[in-house]
Amino acid sequence: MDANLPLRLELIGITKSFPGVLANDHVSFAVRPGEIHALLGENGAGKSTLVKMIYGIMQPDAGEIRWNGAPVTIHNPREARKLGIGMVFQHFSLFEAMTVLENIALGMDSKIAARDLEAKIREVMTTYGLNLEPHRVVSTLSVGERQRIEIVRALLLNPKLLIMDEPTSVLTPQEVSQLFDTLRKLASEGCAILYISHKLHEIKALCDTATILRGGKLVDTCDPRQETSRSMAEKMIGGSLKDIVKPAGRTLGEAKFVVNKLSVPPVGEFGIAIDNVSFSVRAGEIFGIAGVAGNGQNALLLALSGEVVGNDGEAITLDGIWLGRLNAKQRRLKGLASVPEERNGHAAVPDFSLSDNSVLTARDRLKMVVSGLIRPGLAKAYTGRVIAEFGVKAQGVEATAGSLSGGNLQKYIMGREILQRPTVLVVSQPTWGVDAGAAAAIHQALVDLAAEGSAIVVISQDLDELLTLCDTMAVINEGRLSRVLKAGEASIEEIGLLMGGVHGDPNATAHAMEQLHAS
Amino acid sequence: MRLKLEKRREPSRLMLYVTPVAAVLLTMIVGAIIFSLIGYNGLGAVKEVFLTPILNPIKWQEVAIKASPLILIGVGLAFGNRAAIWNIGAEGQYVVGALAGTGVGLLTQNYTGFWILPTMLVAGFIGGAAYGAIPAVLRTRFNVNETLSSLMMTYVAIHLLNFLVTGPWKDPSGFSFPQTALVTADQTMPTLIPGTIVHWGVALTLIIAVIMWVVMSRSVFGFQVRVVGSAPQAARYGGFSQKRTIWLVFLLSGGLAGLAGIFEVTGPFQQMSLGFPSNYGFTAIIVAFLGRLNPLGVIVAGIVLAITYVGGDIAQSALQLPNASKGIFQAMMLFFLLASDILVRYRLRVVSAAPAKDVQPVRSGA
Repeated sequence: MDANLPLRLELIGITKSFPGVLANDHVSFAVRPGEIHALLGENGAGKSTLVKMIYGIMQPDAGEIRWNGAPVTIHNPREARKLGIGMVFQHFSLFEAMTVLENIALGMDSKIAARDLEAKIREVMTTYGLNLEPHRVVSTLSVGERQRIEIVRALLLNPKLLIMDEPTSVLTPQEVSQLFDTLRKLASEGCAILYISHKLHEIKALCDTATILRGGKLVDTCDPRQETSRSMAEKMIGGSLKDIVKPAGRTLGEAKFVVNKLSVPPVGEFGIAIDNVSFSVRAGEIFGIAGVAGNGQNALLLALSGEVVGNDGEAITLDGIWLGRLNAKQRRLKGLASVPEERNGHAAVPDFSLSDNSVLTARDRLKMVVSGLIRPGLAKAYTGRVIAEFGVKAQGVEATAGSLSGGNLQKYIMGREILQRPTVLVVSQPTWGVDAGAAAAIHQALVDLAAEGSAIVVISQDLDELLTLCDTMAVINEGRLSRVLKAGEASIEEIGLLMGGVHGDPNATAHAMEQLHAS
Repeated sequence: MRLKLEKRREPSRLMLYVTPVAAVLLTMIVGAIIFSLIGYNGLGAVKEVFLTPILNPIKWQEVAIKASPLILIGVGLAFGNRAAIWNIGAEGQYVVGALAGTGVGLLTQNYTGFWILPTMLVAGFIGGAAYGAIPAVLRTRFNVNETLSSLMMTYVAIHLLNFLVTGPWKDPSGFSFPQTALVTADQTMPTLIPGTIVHWGVALTLIIAVIMWVVMSRSVFGFQVRVVGSAPQAARYGGFSQKRTIWLVFLLSGGLAGLAGIFEVTGPFQQMSLGFPSNYGFTAIIVAFLGRLNPLGVIVAGIVLAITYVGGDIAQSALQLPNASKGIFQAMMLFFLLASDILVRYRLRVVSAAPAKDVQPVRSGA
């Protein structure tokens, strides 16, 4: 990195407000050519807004963007791409039914003949070690492979600045290290990289500089290699981080929640089937299900919660009671509560008040209904308790669920289910998109519920979360569940391989596992 | 300087109530302009359509009996629309309910007893509900779009009516007019207020609307309807079945439309005839939306639309306005309501062309 080169990107006093919130408040920082620069912050800290302004999706209310030293106004993404700014989004925009090549061709600003494009794509892929067959149909690809399409798409434009938005949240550990190799190579050629994430150990491993945002303001720019994960996390949340307290020397009880040969047919053309899944969770145990997104986690949650009802009553049992043919309401009455991944519109109704959202799942267990009529007083009192005990920031029990921030809504939803004292709780992505403070509170609540003798199933893509929370875990890959691993003995490498680090070829996975165990 | 729409953090409660009123006022203003432009006395037309029925107490009873079927059907449709289940076929359910009740009436022509009228009313409800069940079956079993099927069933119902009153049910002593025999004394809806045409059906309608308001706002069924409409996935998560909701909503809205039909037969019409369909089933769609899909709001909206029915007739005779003009006023109301509804979720802001130099925090946290 040559200090004499002009700064690749410089932001000076960038300010952007939305109704009710100041998303960016006089943010200034710079990215040098060849630098891998982390943009770090909790959800709602203003990272996405900032990046959208750099990529021309939004315009700042005030402040200046400089590109290679000269002030620029970027009106739209096409202008950004012309300047040499590429972006890989967290959510991909790909057509499932088309090939890799067709998808890339559709995204090009200028028309290129298919043959030339294919040659260029192959060239980019060999240069950066991105392994991908241009004629594969997207629906057959893993999430990691899909991300590679987006990266290739960005690289075809020879970017001078590449923005990566939470790129590793959907990748296996092996895919993450492949991605890092690609990014390092790019940086060594002078491309600047703006890397958005909240995974601190990744930032320590990859980035040269980290800019930390909190509440729309820049709080610090530091060298992540000089910091600890904890020190950066504390800057991010602006306070000290609490550790999860696990009760010492607890013993697990009898098997409470038993899933036996559960199979669910796929929904829709690209749906994933649940294939012969079996596991059992004892009283007081937290059982984790790891896996890359899109491997059947959703289908599994729906089948366990009772939103999708199967034909085999015996496939799911709670204390020996058959649940398999009961719907969600009946399963709740038997003591099984669940929390799906999507908060808005699934776990909660955004247009309804929190109090009405409590009626949604707590009405039967907490006797909020008398002869067909709802007792609003009980719903309000219960909602008030959830808000108080889980520290939900909301303007009272009448605030609509949609007006809460993601983390607060998640705290409310978790509180709503946990305070019903379920015998079994199944949760998917309990801390997805939730800030570190709220995540710690949710983790503690899960541990406490288990300590009271409930059986808990946590489905998550966040391995760190599972490793801190769970007593036992398994990996879901294409709708099938791996053997059960004890938390202490499971290594990241092994879990990574089970997650499909060698995607789509079970023999290759088995082979790699043998090698791993031999070494 | 330009205007900009900004999403509100929460839907505005004030706008929820202001926009229906604004829609009526805009209809009056634009209606006056349009009718002036095409050569009528525009102001006079608006005055006759909207004000004369209110200012002239003699017209009140007419407003009451026209509002009654609109409210009864509108209350049922409010449930469907809340659940995002679109029953456009209330007119058909209204006709078939009336036919079912009339059928009972024709069978009991030679009997006397207090049980006859209630039996006809029950038959009316069941007839409408059964007719509403057809789109429900098609939707839940074969995934047929209920908007289209319920609408098409309306025309089938009208042809069924035509067949019956010109064929098997034609009054033998009716000089070949396409109508059934008049209802007997025991089949007639009694008068509520002596000396007026206001019948007991009006009172029953109001009682039902109030009960339905309790059902909508306080019962688990009302909750279910609202969840299914607002977030179908959350409804499944909460243990509510969408199919069951579709069934219940069609049976309820069909039944209430059928009941409205038999109220009309035993009340104002006294018989079934070719001229029975009066578009109440379609106008009630406007009533349901104008009443904010809230049964109490539907009562008010039903009265407003009834006023345009009565006022439209007055304007027709007083100003020679075409018969279609009341349809124009009614349609404008729905149009303006739907158009101004955006203000419930969005606010209008005047923004200056130059970007703001400095922005103050509005409210921290998110």
